[in-house]
Amino acid sequence: MGETLIKVDGLSKKFCLSLKKSMWYGMQDIGNELLGKRHGSDGILRPDEFWAVKDINFELKRGECLGLIGHNGAGKTTLLRILNGLIRPDQGRIEMRGKVGALIALGAGFNPILTGRENIFVNASVLGLSKQYVDSKIDEIIDFAEIRDFIDSPVQSYSSGMNVRLGFAVAAILLEPDILFLDEVLAVGDITFAIKCLNAVRQITNNAAVVFVSHNMPQISRFCTRVMVMNHGAVMLDSPNPSEGIDRYYGLVQQLQQTSGTGEAEILSVVLIVNNQSIEGVEPTIPHGAEVGIRLKLRINSPSGATISVNIVDSAMNMVVAMPICNAMGTLNFFPPGIMEVHGSLGLMELTSGKYSFTIRVDDSNTKVVLTRAQGLNPFRIISDFAHWAVIERNIVPEKINILATS
Amino acid sequence: MNEHRTTIYTPDSPLINPIKLGREMFRDLADSQGLAWRLTVRDLSAQYRQTFLGFLWAIILPLANTVVWIFLSRSGLVNVSDTGLPYPAYVFTGTMLWAILMDALNAPLQMVTASKGMLSKINFPREALVVAGIYQTLINALIKVALLLIGLGAIGIYPGWGICLFPIGLLSLIMVGTVIGLILTPVGLLYSDVGKGIPLLMQFLMYLTPVVFAMPKQGISAILFRFNPLTPLILTARDWLTGLTPEFLGYFLAVNLVSVVLLFIFWIVFRLAMPVLIERMGS
Repeated sequence: MGETLIKVDGLSKKFCLSLKKSMWYGMQDIGNELLGKRHGSDGILRPDEFWAVKDINFELKRGECLGLIGHNGAGKTTLLRILNGLIRPDQGRIEMRGKVGALIALGAGFNPILTGRENIFVNASVLGLSKQYVDSKIDEIIDFAEIRDFIDSPVQSYSSGMNVRLGFAVAAILLEPDILFLDEVLAVGDITFAIKCLNAVRQITNNAAVVFVSHNMPQISRFCTRVMVMNHGAVMLDSPNPSEGIDRYYGLVQQLQQTSGTGEAEILSVVLIVNNQSIEGVEPTIPHGAEVGIRLKLRINSPSGATISVNIVDSAMNMVVAMPICNAMGTLNFFPPGIMEVHGSLGLMELTSGKYSFTIRVDDSNTKVVLTRAQGLNPFRIISDFAHWAVIERNIVPEKINILATS
Repeated sequence: MNEHRTTIYTPDSPLINPIKLGREMFRDLADSQGLAWRLTVRDLSAQYRQTFLGFLWAIILPLANTVVWIFLSRSGLVNVSDTGLPYPAYVFTGTMLWAILMDALNAPLQMVTASKGMLSKINFPREALVVAGIYQTLINALIKVALLLIGLGAIGIYPGWGICLFPIGLLSLIMVGTVIGLILTPVGLLYSDVGKGIPLLMQFLMYLTPVVFAMPKQGISAILFRFNPLTPLILTARDWLTGLTPEFLGYFLAVNLVSVVLLFIFWIVFRLAMPVLIERMGS
C-alpha cells in the first residue's frame, strides 16, 4: 500500500431542520467568519439543529477503497460533500494530499444546444483540465462513449443513455486523481457499457485513495477494501472486512410487517425449519445452501376456500422467489375453510447474501379476491463470503474435466 | 501525481490567516480563467445559436429605449432641458452605457443561479462564474460601443482624443456593476425577491441618473443626481465618447477607488458565503 492520502480527524457537520432558521444560522456563520471566528459556533447545537455527520475519523492510503454504506439520510453524501470541499465542516479537520477528483455529477455543465464535442471541452474545464490535455484525449473519449457519429450534433438530440455515456467518458478518461470520490455512478448505460465503466473505474481506483458511496452491496463487496457503516451521522462499524459491514448494514434495514386484504383469512404463525430444526430468534442467519422447510399455520374464513402462495422478498422489497402451494398435479392446491397447519419444503436456500423476508398471500379460490397478504414475515439473513450480482448463487462442481489440449 | 497539492479543510475562519487567504484568492482567480472563458463561449454561442437575430440582441433593447425617448421629447410629452448635446445623441449614449452597467450588475447573480446544479456537485473555483459574467458583459459591451460609434458618427459627433480614455470609463461601468451584483448575489441566492426587485429598483435609479434626462439645475432632484454615485460614471464615459470635457472627474475617481475596495471586501464575502449557500441549496 502507498502513502496516506486522506486524513480525517473528528469531522462533524450540523444541519438545521427548519429552513428559516437554517438561513438565519447561515447568515450568522458568514458573519462570524468575517469577524475571524470559527464556522458553526464552536460545535454547540443551536435550536432545531442536529448532527448530520458526527465525529468521523479515518485515514486512507493509495490503493485503498473505503465504502460508505447506510440508510438514506445517514450522512454518507454529506460526508462526501465535505470531503469534496463543497461545504465546510463545523468541527474537525480534513487533510488531503494530491489531486482530488469526483465522479459525482456526470455531464455537469452540459449545454443542450451545443454539440457533444463542444460540451466535452466545457465539461473538462469544469473539472479543471486544460484544453491541450483534452485535445490529446478527445478521440479516446469519443470512442469510449461510442458516439462518434453524433459527436458534432447538439446534445439535446442525444438519448439519455448517450448523455450519461458522454458524461462518464469525459470524467473517467480525463481524471487521473490521487483521491477519488464516487457516488453511485459506477455503472451507467446498458450492460456492455456498464462493464466498460466498471473496468475504467477499477483502473483509476487501483492507483488512488477512493471513497465510495453506494447502496449496491455487490459493488461495495467488489471494490472496497474497507467498509464504514453509518447511521444517523455516526459510524456504527468500521471494518476491513466488507462482508461484515454489509451484514451490519442489512441488520439496519427495517422490513415492516404489514397485512392487507379482506381479512377473511389470517396467518397464525410461520416457523422456518433449517436442516430439520426449527430456528428461533429475531432475524436468524441461514447458512447458504441449507435445506429449508416451512410450517405455516393459518385460518381461512371464506366459505369458498382459498389458495396460498409463499414468496421470498429481498431488502429492496423485490420478489425473488415465488412458491405457490400446489398439488401433485402442478395446479394450485385448494384449502377448505378452517384452521390448518401446512408443512412443506422450500428446497435448498441458494439465495446470495443479503436480508430477506416472507410475503404470504391467501386468495379466495373462487373470486380470486385477496383474503390476506402479510409481508415482512420471518426476516432472515443469508451470509456468504461474497456478494454476487445474481439472486441465486450456486457453485458448479464439475463431474468430469476432459483436457483436450495443454498450452 | 507530480503535483502534490495539500488540501486542508477546517471550520476555522480563513480570515485568521489573511496572507494565505489572499494567495488562495488570486490562485483561484488565475485557475478560473480557462473555465471562465469556456463558460463564456458556451453561453454566448448557445445564446446566439438559438436566436434568429443573433448578436443584434445586445443592442435591440437599448436601441428601442432610445427611440421611445426621442419620440417622447419630440412630441413634447416630456420636456428635457438642454443637455449640451443633440438630444438623440444624449439618449443614445445614455441608454447604451446604462445597459452595459445593467448587464454587469445582473451577471453575477444570473451566472450563479444558472450554475446551481454544478455548484452543488462539483468543486471548481467559484470565481470563474463571476469572471465569465464579466467576459460576457464585456463582449456584449463592445458590440454596443461599436454601434454607438457608428451612430454618433452618422449624427456628426466624433469622440476625438477622448476615445483613448473611454475604455477606462467602460471598465469602471463594468466594475461598479459587478461590485453591486456581487453584493446582491449571496442574498439573491437565498431570496428570489432580489432577482425580481432589481429591474424595478434600477428603472427608478435610471431616472435619478443623467441617462435620458439632463442634470437638473436646482431642487431636490439636483441634489439626488449630484450624490448618485452612478452619475459621474455615466457622465464621464459619455463625455469621453462625445468629445466633451468631463466635469465630474474627481467624483469619478473617488467612486472607482471605493469600488475597488468594495470589490475586494465582497469578493471575500462571496468566497465565505458560497459553501454556506451551497449547503442550503441542496444537491
